[in-house]
Amino acid sequence: MDNELASLGVIFTEFYYWLTVVMMFLIHVGFCMYEVAVSRHKNHMHTLMKNTMVIPLVTITFYFFGWWIYFAFPNGPGIIGGLIDAPHAKGWSQLMGPHMGGSGDPDGWARINGVFWAAFLLFSWTAASIVSGSVIERIRSNAFWILAVLIGSVFWIIDAAWGWHADGWMVKLLGYHDAYASGVIHAIAGGFALGILFVLGPRIGKFRKDGTARTIHPRNPWLYTVGLFVLYTGFWGFYVACNIPMWDIQSGDGVFYSATNIYLAPTTLSAITVNFLMSLSGGLLMGYIVSKGDAYWTYSAGLAGIIAASAGNDLYHPIQALLVSALGVLIIYKLHYWVERTFKIDDAVGAVAVHGYAGFYGVVIAGFILWGYPSSPNPDYASVNPLGQFIGALIMFGLLGFIPGWLFAKILNAFGALRIPKEIELIGLDTAANIQRLKDEQEILSAEHEALKK
Amino acid sequence: MSTGNFENWAGEISEIGAIYPFVGTEFVLWLIGMGLFILWLVIQYRSENKQLEDERKKYGNAETIKKLLDVENPEQF
Repeated sequence: MDNELASLGVIFTEFYYWLTVVMMFLIHVGFCMYEVAVSRHKNHMHTLMKNTMVIPLVTITFYFFGWWIYFAFPNGPGIIGGLIDAPHAKGWSQLMGPHMGGSGDPDGWARINGVFWAAFLLFSWTAASIVSGSVIERIRSNAFWILAVLIGSVFWIIDAAWGWHADGWMVKLLGYHDAYASGVIHAIAGGFALGILFVLGPRIGKFRKDGTARTIHPRNPWLYTVGLFVLYTGFWGFYVACNIPMWDIQSGDGVFYSATNIYLAPTTLSAITVNFLMSLSGGLLMGYIVSKGDAYWTYSAGLAGIIAASAGNDLYHPIQALLVSALGVLIIYKLHYWVERTFKIDDAVGAVAVHGYAGFYGVVIAGFILWGYPSSPNPDYASVNPLGQFIGALIMFGLLGFIPGWLFAKILNAFGALRIPKEIELIGLDTAANIQRLKDEQEILSAEHEALKK
Repeated sequence: MSTGNFENWAGEISEIGAIYPFVGTEFVLWLIGMGLFILWLVIQYRSENKQLEDERKKYGNAETIKKLLDVENPEQF
């Protein structure tokens, strides 16, 4: 930090990620609001607290070990190499705390480590929050929090090391390209949620005796409207956080500074801003048509539209982003109801469709549209191709999403620690507390009447 | 006396390194943090089990459940 211009670059980058973190905080606000809006009156507070406690639990575990996984696992380990030494990311590294750099910081992490960690952490919350909505009104909070730590601080960050790292083995061998995390956040979290739902089972009353599904309507349309708008707002921060703001991308002689995606390949903030809006629009337009103007599904489709185009939104033409998102929403909407009917899956907020299927589709279709594009500035890495993207989507949704979700839900279920008792589900998780509150209020009211008499 | 690595900001700032108190205790702090995380999960697991069981005993009979189902808002209960 002894050169004014270089220091400005470092401090700008530090501020850039800090800003994305603040913006992304809104994602969690939005998730909490729309989850509560979907839950029934008898479960509101439990639903809220279940998702709120994701914040501290995923934060501390991502600090303790999640961050280290990202830097240590790009080779697998065991797929193309061993563990990579990442001293700055260990939970006991001096560089995880306030640090002035210098000789104890040979790679220059002192000022960036904290904000970069926090940006990734907000992705971790998102992954856990995606799962949270699907399982409301019947999962035990403790079981959910264990699962939240697994998806938020272990599995998603393994997939990020593999496919969302400049030197991840999936980028090198498969040409995997997923600029704004269709697969690495959304497909994996949707797959994880689906795995849990297979074990957890539907809410009581969700399916008729003939196997057809009843609709449990969201309880508060205004709250989910605000929630999803807030979530869109936070999603801007998510997109910006996926970029590196300033990097010399010129190979060979010369210097050319640009924003890059996470693979250090060039893009511009302008491009991703337009594509974000066009893919949101494509999702909303198609969502309104397929759901026949249903507000919840239309808003959700806006989100699904962005997710469907996110893998390639650093490079798509804006009208390509629009078309990719609209087609994606058509597919995921149909798929949601087909899976619900066929497997009796009760996904309370539609998160498996909006995140899981849209993310899977987004990764796969990017393989066709970006076929032959370099996946990385490194010319030795595989280029983007449909097979590599398809395998990548399977790894994200299936290998690191569905299978661990199903497996750990099975383990919790075997100990009777996954689902709440039937009686509690029927009366509602908040009912006892609500009755106690009413008794307390009655007692205060009586005391006030007595005071009036005196 | 200072709990930190330095007693003033004079000199070469970049050579100060870590600026939090008790530098050198990071691994112990990490162990304490991990321990507290696990302890929190255990305490919460027991507490949640007890709460669910108590509520099941108190409100879990068929008659009470029927009453509560008829009035989704317990303020009408």
